[in-house]
Amino acid sequence: MSERPRRRTRRSPLRRAALIGAALVVMGGVSAIAAPTVSNASPLPTEVGTGAQIFIKNCASCHGMNGEGVTVNGTAIGPNIQNAGAAAVSFQMSSGRMPMAGQQQQSRRTTNTFSADEIKAVAEYVGALGSGPGLPTASQYDTSGLTADQIAKGGELFRTNCSACHNYAGKGGALSNGNYAPPLTGTGVTNQEIWEAVRTGPQNMPVFSPTQLSDQDVQTMIAYLSDVNSSPDSGGYTLGGIGPVTEGAAAWIIGIGGLVGFALWIASRGARAR
Amino acid sequence: MAKPTTVSSDSPALDVATPEGKKPLAGLGGPAGWLDDRVGLAKLSKGNLRKVFPDHWSFLLGEIALYSFIILLLTGVFLTIWFKPSMAEVEYQGTYQLLRGLPMSEAYQSTLTLSFDVRGGLLVRQVHHWAAMLFVAAATVHMLRIFFTGAFRKPREINWLIGIGLLSMALIEGFAGYSLPDDLLSGTGLRFVDGLIRSIPIIGTWAEFLVFGGEFPGTIIVPRLYMVHILLVPGLLLALIGAHLALVVYHKHTQYPGPGRTEKNVVGYPLFPVYMAKAGGFFFIVFGVTVLMGTFLSINPVWKFGPYTPNQITAGSQPDWYMGFVEGAIRIFPPIEWHLGHTTWSWQIFLPGVGMLGLLFGGLAAYPFIEAWITGDKSEHHLLDRPRNAPTRTSFGVAGITWYAMFWIAGGNDILANTFGGSLNAITWAMRFAVWVAPVLAFIITRRACMSLQRNDQDRVLHGAESGVIVRTPDGGYYEDHMPIPTDEAYTLTQHAEYPSLEPTAAVDENGVPMPAQVTKRRARVRDWFFRANLAKPSADEIAAAHSHGDEAHEVEASDEHKAVSQH
Amino acid sequence: MSSEVEVTRSHPVPDPGIPEHVERWVDVDPAASRRAERQIAACFGAVPLLALGFIVVYFFVPKTWAIQFAGLHAQAQNFWLGLLGGVAILLVGIGAVQWARLIMGDHEISEERHPAGSTAEDREQALDEVHEGITQSDLPRRKLISTTLKIALPSLALPALVTLLDMGPWPGPGMRAATIETTIWAEGVHLVTDVTYRRIKAVDMVVGELVNAAPENIQDLNNDPAAKAAATAKAAIIIVRMDPNTIKIPQSRKDWQVDGILCYSKICTHVGCPISLWEHQTHHLLCPCHQSTFDLGNSGVVVFGPAARSLPQLPITTDSEGYLVARSGFTVPVGPSYFERDSTHDYQNGDN
Repeated sequence: MSERPRRRTRRSPLRRAALIGAALVVMGGVSAIAAPTVSNASPLPTEVGTGAQIFIKNCASCHGMNGEGVTVNGTAIGPNIQNAGAAAVSFQMSSGRMPMAGQQQQSRRTTNTFSADEIKAVAEYVGALGSGPGLPTASQYDTSGLTADQIAKGGELFRTNCSACHNYAGKGGALSNGNYAPPLTGTGVTNQEIWEAVRTGPQNMPVFSPTQLSDQDVQTMIAYLSDVNSSPDSGGYTLGGIGPVTEGAAAWIIGIGGLVGFALWIASRGARAR
Repeated sequence: MAKPTTVSSDSPALDVATPEGKKPLAGLGGPAGWLDDRVGLAKLSKGNLRKVFPDHWSFLLGEIALYSFIILLLTGVFLTIWFKPSMAEVEYQGTYQLLRGLPMSEAYQSTLTLSFDVRGGLLVRQVHHWAAMLFVAAATVHMLRIFFTGAFRKPREINWLIGIGLLSMALIEGFAGYSLPDDLLSGTGLRFVDGLIRSIPIIGTWAEFLVFGGEFPGTIIVPRLYMVHILLVPGLLLALIGAHLALVVYHKHTQYPGPGRTEKNVVGYPLFPVYMAKAGGFFFIVFGVTVLMGTFLSINPVWKFGPYTPNQITAGSQPDWYMGFVEGAIRIFPPIEWHLGHTTWSWQIFLPGVGMLGLLFGGLAAYPFIEAWITGDKSEHHLLDRPRNAPTRTSFGVAGITWYAMFWIAGGNDILANTFGGSLNAITWAMRFAVWVAPVLAFIITRRACMSLQRNDQDRVLHGAESGVIVRTPDGGYYEDHMPIPTDEAYTLTQHAEYPSLEPTAAVDENGVPMPAQVTKRRARVRDWFFRANLAKPSADEIAAAHSHGDEAHEVEASDEHKAVSQH
Repeated sequence: MSSEVEVTRSHPVPDPGIPEHVERWVDVDPAASRRAERQIAACFGAVPLLALGFIVVYFFVPKTWAIQFAGLHAQAQNFWLGLLGGVAILLVGIGAVQWARLIMGDHEISEERHPAGSTAEDREQALDEVHEGITQSDLPRRKLISTTLKIALPSLALPALVTLLDMGPWPGPGMRAATIETTIWAEGVHLVTDVTYRRIKAVDMVVGELVNAAPENIQDLNNDPAAKAAATAKAAIIIVRMDPNTIKIPQSRKDWQVDGILCYSKICTHVGCPISLWEHQTHHLLCPCHQSTFDLGNSGVVVFGPAARSLPQLPITTDSEGYLVARSGFTVPVGPSYFERDSTHDYQNGDN
């Protein structure tokens, strides 16, 4: 990932802070702004590193200066993340879920505007605040060198642990009350993010710790997921890959629709001489 | 539009001599003669070869179902060459890398082999599955066409019942097929069936143990379903299809009303050669379209679902579309379960599962007899109703479709929530109400729509078609010029039968002796309600009056004319 | 009352009769007619070529080739076989229909209908024959024969039905107790991860963690796949860890858990789908089949959907080395309801 110009990194946090401010006004009224304003107003220590600076500008308004969380009038604005771990920060920021643009039921994947180095710096800063899974090394989620049998076993693990929420090919699915399990395929989802999500359990996703799923287990699951989606769809267009619902729609629209079209043609009278 | 003419000859000049100047099969020599000597071929085909079939696109819907069934037989035979209906466990060592080394049933393994190692195997599997989806869909729309045009009326009630039997068996057939490959989705479907059978009060557990040969999943359900899928139900389907078609031939096809079409004739093209070419050609078209669907559209990619094990599941576990309404009913039904003493009564599974199917097919089977009771109509019907001329029936039909569709939507509540970003729980709650509210709204709206369509028909008969030309009269009035409609159309719009309201007949005869009333009070009331939305059609005098009025007095403003109509 | 009163038929516009036949373009324009003929012949003529192409693909396109265009990434052999075969079949149909529409005479003809029912004479004759037959059989005088025959035929149905009773074992109380009412869970059986069969240490589980797990003794059934499948269908579990301060643990289940680590059946109490869609913030467990939702922070009670019973909880503790083990088997039958199930012992919201 390329380094971004400084100007841009300066400007976008400001915009984000403004958005957060606006969201808070909507949410909690004037009193709600008081606490974040105080945190913003406190002078920045000069000796802290890049990670701390970015954290204070982008994260502290909701998560507190030390990641202890912010609660206004009994409403949690942002949770305590002291023990979230570096991996969680890396996942949330690289997938664009954090910083959140406003209060949402479930933060959605958006375009990440931070550089890899910036994310790493923040992750290490938060990681140092407490315990929690650290950043993975590339070898932990790298899928090269796995045998076909290992990947097939990864498929079995995927269907046991993941497909219930994320669907058999990682297309995602609905959870209760508007929550959802996001798709694991498509643009931007990296192997590192999947590893981090498995280990840290973002939002409502449960945690899968190394004692139950070893790093190699996770590698094989990631390899299976990427293989099942990159190998040719033997049978043709997958119709979204979400099972019988779209297949039924195709049977009616394309099948019955098309055949009724032919029936209209068969019974039509055609051009007449007068 | 063709000009109205006198009735054309029944035998148009088609007996054109062949180029050689002699008829084919002259004297019935050769193989045809040989066969005739033994089975009386000429006697059999005489008169039947030139049997008349009316031409209309909606008459081809049933053919789609028939042809899909033939395609299912053809492709099904191919599949049986490789498929092994066995739940014995094997380790997969085939060409599909992503499942290698995993334990699975022979049924699933042979499905993979069929898909990846047999050339054309996957294509045939997909064609088979698409044809199955089309079979049930086409049978459904065919049934709707029969319903909305009143083709189930005397003398065709038996054929309607056969059709309902066919449709219900098509569901069983499809579900059995869906369950055979023993992949994760089909196993999940069987798990549901296990729960459904268990929920039957009193005998549920016994039925479960007998069907599954013991506890779920056992080792015998796939072989048993295989027998059901390739022998039992197809045999029944074949027999019923034979009866269905034999009755169509015996009754001769219904026809839409139109000039020269009466209850006593059937107008169209002869079976040989026109209809044979059209129907035969349509078979190839249905087959071709199904093959192309199997080419371009992936269906049931079992290798992605993985082998069935009872502890795995995938998000979006759904049945094929035709079981979707049952699925929806199961999903939205409130958790009503009785715990009486040492027994459990699972109404929340039994009622939407078994009860829903019973209600749908029972209701469909009963409808022709209910309507016949209401109308008291004992005559034969070969001319179809235009749906607007039977507004209450049409409204029932649309309400039924809406009811079905609501359950159907509920069956995809998770896919809807995930695709459109809604709350699963909110959608489920909305559907719990929608299944009752939407059909009522559909009924009311359809009845209004039928009435306004009938008014529109009357308008056209009495005053002609709107020409789009606005004429200004010398004294400043405006009216739209109306063109008289062709007699053919006027006849078509006014030929339908009418059902006047009846006085209830006495339940005692003139001597005061009780006797069964011909028209009970209740039937008279129901009948009045049933035909309330039918508009009386104009009489010949009214039409003549309206025409002369329209020709001579153009200066009358259009609004007056409309008032006259709506007061009708 | 006759039908005529119930139904009235009037024809305010008299029937103009079958419309006059109008020639098609192809009937009057020889060029158009020849064009139609060529069109149809082209349809039919292309079929052998496509069939040949199909055979060529069958033999010469390997299964490993893939095609990629317009968002389609498919197996080449399957695609070309289908495309060539499908178009060939379609062309036969299109050609035949065009032939019927454009070349064959299109004069409408009319055929008379006859009532579906028989004529009075036919009925009379048939009844006479029936009467003759009955007389000949002498049944009216031989009541004993007809009565015994009426009993004999239906009584044959019973043996036919009885032969079906061996389709499966009978679920009497003993059979039920040995099958659907029990699992292979028992006191001291270790909880192991599913698929990989690793024991689980209580201290290794973090708050918010979910483990799809199995009883360790499931591996004893590795040589009996059918028994393993039946056991898995009931014994599958999920283990979750929640912050003990955020959940309700009834007094009676205080020692069923280890520091907020709780274990539940993975089999839905509705129709038996395996459920592991756990939201660790809400503690909700959702079934992907019919959306029954259970609150694992409240002894598995139903909070939404069609399930009517709480998810059975497996009492667990730790062994001397800190690994999770079962304190006992499930206290109630797991999985979907059945008629003979005594459902008075299941946990209900508010129980202690």
